[in-house]
Amino acid sequence: MSHLDLQGLQKSFGANRVVRDFSLSIDKGEFVSLLGPSGCGKTTVLRMVAGFETPDTGAIRLEGRDLIPLRTNARNVGMVFQAYALFPNLTVAQNVGFGLKVAGVPRQETAERVAEMLDLIGLPVGDFGSRYPFQLSGGQQQRVALARALAPRPRVLLLDEPLSALDAKVRVRLRSEIRTIQRHLGITTIFVTHDQEEALSISDRVVVMNAGILEQAGTPFEVYNHPATAFVASFVGTLTPFEARVLESETGLVDVSGRRLRLGRRLPRAAGEALTLALRPEALRLGRPEDEAIQLSGVAREVEFMGSIIRIRAEVGGTPFVLDTFNRPDAPPPAPGEAVDISFSPRDVIVVGA
Amino acid sequence: MTRIAAWTIFLLGCIYFALPLWGMTEFSLRMRRGEYSFDAYASILSNPEFQRTFLFSVTMALVTIVVGVLLVVPTAFWVRLKMPELRPFVEFVTLLPLVIPAIVVVFGYIRLYNTGSWLPLTGTAMGTNALLAMGYVMLALPYMYRAVDTGLRAVDVPTLTEAAQSLGAGWITILGRVILPNVLTAVLSGAFLTFAIVIGEFTMAAILNRPAFGPFMQRLGQDRAYEPTALAVIAFVITWACMGLISLVARTQKHTRAAGR
Amino acid sequence: MALTTEATRTAVSPPRLTTRLPLRWLGLLPFLLFATLFLLLPTLYIVVGAFRDGRGGWTIQNVLDLATPSIRSAYWLSIRISFWSALLGCLIGFLMAASVVLWGVPKRLRNPLLTFSGVASNFAGVPLAFAFIATLGPAGLLTLYLRTEFGINLRAYGWNLLSAWGLIVTYLFFQIPLMILIITPALDGLRREWREAAEVLGASGFQYWRMVALPILFPSILGTMALLFANAFGAVATAIALTGPSLNIAPILLYAQIRGDVLGNPHLGYALALGMIVITAAANAIYIVLRARAERWMR
Repeated sequence: MSHLDLQGLQKSFGANRVVRDFSLSIDKGEFVSLLGPSGCGKTTVLRMVAGFETPDTGAIRLEGRDLIPLRTNARNVGMVFQAYALFPNLTVAQNVGFGLKVAGVPRQETAERVAEMLDLIGLPVGDFGSRYPFQLSGGQQQRVALARALAPRPRVLLLDEPLSALDAKVRVRLRSEIRTIQRHLGITTIFVTHDQEEALSISDRVVVMNAGILEQAGTPFEVYNHPATAFVASFVGTLTPFEARVLESETGLVDVSGRRLRLGRRLPRAAGEALTLALRPEALRLGRPEDEAIQLSGVAREVEFMGSIIRIRAEVGGTPFVLDTFNRPDAPPPAPGEAVDISFSPRDVIVVGA
Repeated sequence: MTRIAAWTIFLLGCIYFALPLWGMTEFSLRMRRGEYSFDAYASILSNPEFQRTFLFSVTMALVTIVVGVLLVVPTAFWVRLKMPELRPFVEFVTLLPLVIPAIVVVFGYIRLYNTGSWLPLTGTAMGTNALLAMGYVMLALPYMYRAVDTGLRAVDVPTLTEAAQSLGAGWITILGRVILPNVLTAVLSGAFLTFAIVIGEFTMAAILNRPAFGPFMQRLGQDRAYEPTALAVIAFVITWACMGLISLVARTQKHTRAAGR
Repeated sequence: MALTTEATRTAVSPPRLTTRLPLRWLGLLPFLLFATLFLLLPTLYIVVGAFRDGRGGWTIQNVLDLATPSIRSAYWLSIRISFWSALLGCLIGFLMAASVVLWGVPKRLRNPLLTFSGVASNFAGVPLAFAFIATLGPAGLLTLYLRTEFGINLRAYGWNLLSAWGLIVTYLFFQIPLMILIITPALDGLRREWREAAEVLGASGFQYWRMVALPILFPSILGTMALLFANAFGAVATAIALTGPSLNIAPILLYAQIRGDVLGNPHLGYALALGMIVITAAANAIYIVLRARAERWMR
């Protein structure tokens, strides 16, 4: 049985339907990301679990028990907010101990738990316990917020874009720390973000949302490599989509603006129907093709040197292609305007919606 | 629950504020027996003393505003540009009038500047008027300085000044044509607030014995029944007008700023 | 940000400071002259005068004489009036501001409330007294209305506008709005996430207010109260127009002393004024200290 069960959630603000028929089952200890553009309803789902919003219809069950009749302060969930939301009048130790204090936990026990939590996030109580939030950096504040959320041993941890107010380096480091701590405690976690890289890198499962609808739920590998909808394909990762017409459904023969392409797998559409195909930048290669690869000739338009990877935006017969190639010191990238050969294997073509 | 309590508190507060306003308005219209009339207002407006004292206080307010602007704008500008380390000190001085009761300061005036002193300002009517005007500038100082300083914070004074200097502008030009227009809203807010404070001011004018509007109102209150309430209504309308002008000015500035971006 | 740039600018300039000092001070001269002549010197004159005797010697007798029953009771009444009008002004102003900012009275009413507060906080002095005399005075409209329509005789319940409590009720007309103007930004500063964070950690609404919201607001509230106290303590015009010389409070006593030396000793008058400065200064010192504390958390 699943640990946290969301069933048929609907929520409207006025005429605006923010969440539509949203269902999701989360296992104990699972780390699930809700990913989508701003306004897609991901934060509203989180706030319904926390109890800040009441769903119009649907059910939220935690360990089989209905959460909806419970007020926020009786749900025993932990939450970390985007803008830290530490209490400015309390010290770090008092912030972390807040949940225990309101629960009436004895002083000694609270102090021990606070020290344990602060150790866990790498801000030892001796050095940081008596500081006020304004004396901490953004990254430190967010760690304290995490410790505060975890201290009362919540059954679910809710993270509402906890990293988006931080700068890039801190963000990357803190996200792996969050993941480590989450694994260590084995706590069921929902993580809301609009950053696909973030979602893909730390989740057990990614749930892509758009306009209040769940578009796809799956492992990062599934979502990235087998996007269920055109939206997922375009939102997760960089992609070059192109239209094709099915010639033979069984053998996967398609027509792409006059060229025949054998994908070598069964297609979800019948012959004569239109189909959207797509290629990831890493599926495209520069230069001469291998045996079964398909070759295209184009012109490089922009070349972005990104360190280990070089991203080339090329144009092939009017269609823009994005191509990633590993940096190699002995092979300088083409200059903008230079003719380039591009090849790809039919196996790497993504059939959107398959 | 909270909502009902909140509404109750809010409405009770509104009643408290509405009652005296209703009371004075209603009372001011009751001079003629048995019917509403503007007799009290007519009586006031035709009172030559009203005209004289009101004109006196309006003049005082305008003089105060001019002197205040000439004093505060260059000072605030100079402090921001050249002596930022002195800002806490200057700010402290400008806030002193909120700490020292006006009656104490004016008490000092009449002793310090009496006929036998080194600067016998109270010896002549004009001298006393000047002293009163200075007293009003002092009263308005906290509001005026704060408004202008806040206005200056919004513009980058050193850069603007350097830009003007590089184009060959002198100090007067910089102040009058670069800084003043940029803090005009702030100056106008300060000016209207000063007007509202000065027009009905009582303590200083009474102690310096000047024929101002405030002491006139107080005297009238001792021997008339209806006219004072008419005066209160007029005073309230003037205060309201000044505050309305302040928010109007603030709004127009927001619009021009937004349009400029 | 501004602080650091200013700091660097001063840090860079010291070599030129000594040579350019006179010219830089020249720009501040008009202000310094004005402040000295019309603010500092007159105040100093009073302060010094409080410690002189009639023959030009130094003494603390004047200050000691403030302890005479009539003066002491005047101060005491002033302090009580100022305290109660400040306390009630804070309480009611806080509740009214909070009802709009936090407790569900429509946000549409917010701007009208603030605009009205701007007007009412400046509607003090003589006209305010007239408004209250017309409403709650012995022949005021509300007084008469309650008596004729409901048979309620306010006087019988101990109500008298020309008394200390009458003065307090009148002062509230500018004290409450001043509190609303000052506390509304502070209430806006209470972030929604604080409340939500407290709730999700298991706190009740009451616990949130006791452990988070009130401690955050407390310095602002207490500081504003000190400001309101000084505001009421120095108010002369309203008191004189309302009660005439009948009420024995410090500012009225000083007013009478200035106009006619009712104490029979000019230097005792200075001491009376000095006492007022000390009290308002103490109130303002509290305000400044608490303000700084309130802002410490908010950086």
